[in-house]
Formats: sequence, C-alpha cells, structure tokens
Amino acid sequence: MALIRFTERPHFRNPWAEFERIRRGLDELSQNLISEGKMHMHATVYPPLNMYENADSLIIKAELPGVQAEDLDISVEGDTLTLLGKRKAHQEEEQTSYHRREIEAGNFSRAIALPTKVDLDKITAKLVDGVLTITLTKADEVKPRQISITT
Amino acid sequence: MSEKELKVQEKQLVQQENEETKPEKYFVPAVDIFETDEQVTVVAEMPGVKSTGVDVSLEDDVLTIRGHREEDEIDGRLLLQEYESGSYLRRFTMAETIDRDKIRASMSGGLLKVELPKAAPAQPRRIEVQAG
Repeated sequence: MALIRFTERPHFRNPWAEFERIRRGLDELSQNLISEGKMHMHATVYPPLNMYENADSLIIKAELPGVQAEDLDISVEGDTLTLLGKRKAHQEEEQTSYHRREIEAGNFSRAIALPTKVDLDKITAKLVDGVLTITLTKADEVKPRQISITT
Repeated sequence: MSEKELKVQEKQLVQQENEETKPEKYFVPAVDIFETDEQVTVVAEMPGVKSTGVDVSLEDDVLTIRGHREEDEIDGRLLLQEYESGSYLRRFTMAETIDRDKIRASMSGGLLKVELPKAAPAQPRRIEVQAG
C-alpha cells in the first residue's frame, strides 16, 4: 500500500466550484450593465433623444448636426411633443466626385409622450452647435410643493 | 431624394490600438468626402463640438480629425437615454498630395468642414543633355 502524506493528497474537485464561477461572472456582468448602460435604449425613430427631469422642468436633447433652426418645427399638443424637420443635402458643386457619403439628407418626424403635464406658454428651444435643447416647464399642479411645518 | 425619411445611425465607438490615459469616449463621426479638381473636402458630423474643440492635423498623409466635446452639465435626473455623447475621432489616409499651408477648417451647426487644396503637380523638369 502506497502511503501518501496528508499534505500531498490529491486535491478533490469541488463539484460546485463551476457554478460558483458562473454566478460570479453573472454578477459582474449585471454590475457592468447597471453602471455603464443605465437606461440606454435604442431609438428606432430619428432623432435619438435624451430626456432629463428636475424639480420644475423637463429637458429634452437631440443631436441634429447640419439642421438649420428654420427647418425645425417643434409643437406640443396636450402631453405629446412633436419634432418635425428636415436636413438638406449640402450644395453640390460641378464636377464633384464623391468618395464617401455617410451623412444623409431627408425628413424626420418624431412624437414623444411627455411624462408630466407642462406649461404650454413656457417652452424654450435652442439649437447650439448642432445640439437641440428643449426646456419645458412643468405645469403648476405637478410641481413639488414645499409644505411648511408649523410648530 | 431629399424626401426620404432619416434613419437612426447608431454611434460607433472608435476601435483604438492604443489605450487612452483619460477615460474618454470617442465616437466615429459620419463623413462625406468629395473631390474636385482643386481640392478634397471632408465634412464630418460632430454635434456639440465648438470650433475651439476641433483639432485637424495632417501627418505623413494621414489626416486626423478630432473633436473634443465638453461635458454638458444638466441639472436633473436622466429619464431616457437614446444616445451617448462623447468626443469624435477619425483618421484617413490621403491619396492626393495636399498643400499643407492652405488647409482650411470651419465648424458650423455641428458640421466640421475641412478643405484640403491639392498641391500643384510637380512641374516636369527638362534636363538638357549636353553634347560633349
């Protein structure tokens, strides 16, 4: 009979080790998704929008490079914001040969449901460096109200 | 042709061979490149980049366009995020000889336009062979 010293005995495989490894991997994956993607959604209608909310306003941002302010039409009806516009192709000169055409020209229209009621008289929009920012003030009835405590 | 509906183009992250020391996101801007007899024009989409944040360089026939975007600070909670913002970077190898001193770049409404005039073709020089 061969004698094996206690410390040199073969390492027994833990049958659950593989599951443990998978669990750790999944934890890591979900952690990364939470921290990085947040609520990143893929827009299906142009233009992709980002929306922010604070105590008294809603802010909507969209990247619209090459779109002129006069070609944009923003309207709010009830709680639906509609964004219409067009991007013109830049003027073509004679005898131009294109090597790459990745920037498209065309029309777009997008409607988005606003999460709260807004004050229709206090809507501002600005287009700076190709980024559109629409600021909508929330209607008075949905604004948070400070309640003072009387003692 | 201009009547067609615009489609969403997903922003692509730049695949870089070297890592950046600053954790900054670089996207590939969409470009149009066209050429006339006199010049090559590159138009790139860089929304949110100011004219001070643009860096155009031509080194060893490699044109690099870089647009640095400052973080826009918004006071508020993010409700919906359909796009990410970051800086832009793209490189091209130029096939033509460019007159480096005459490169012009301009930024308007989120579009960068770089005009690269072609260098005058080198004049053939006749070498007289002297009878001797």
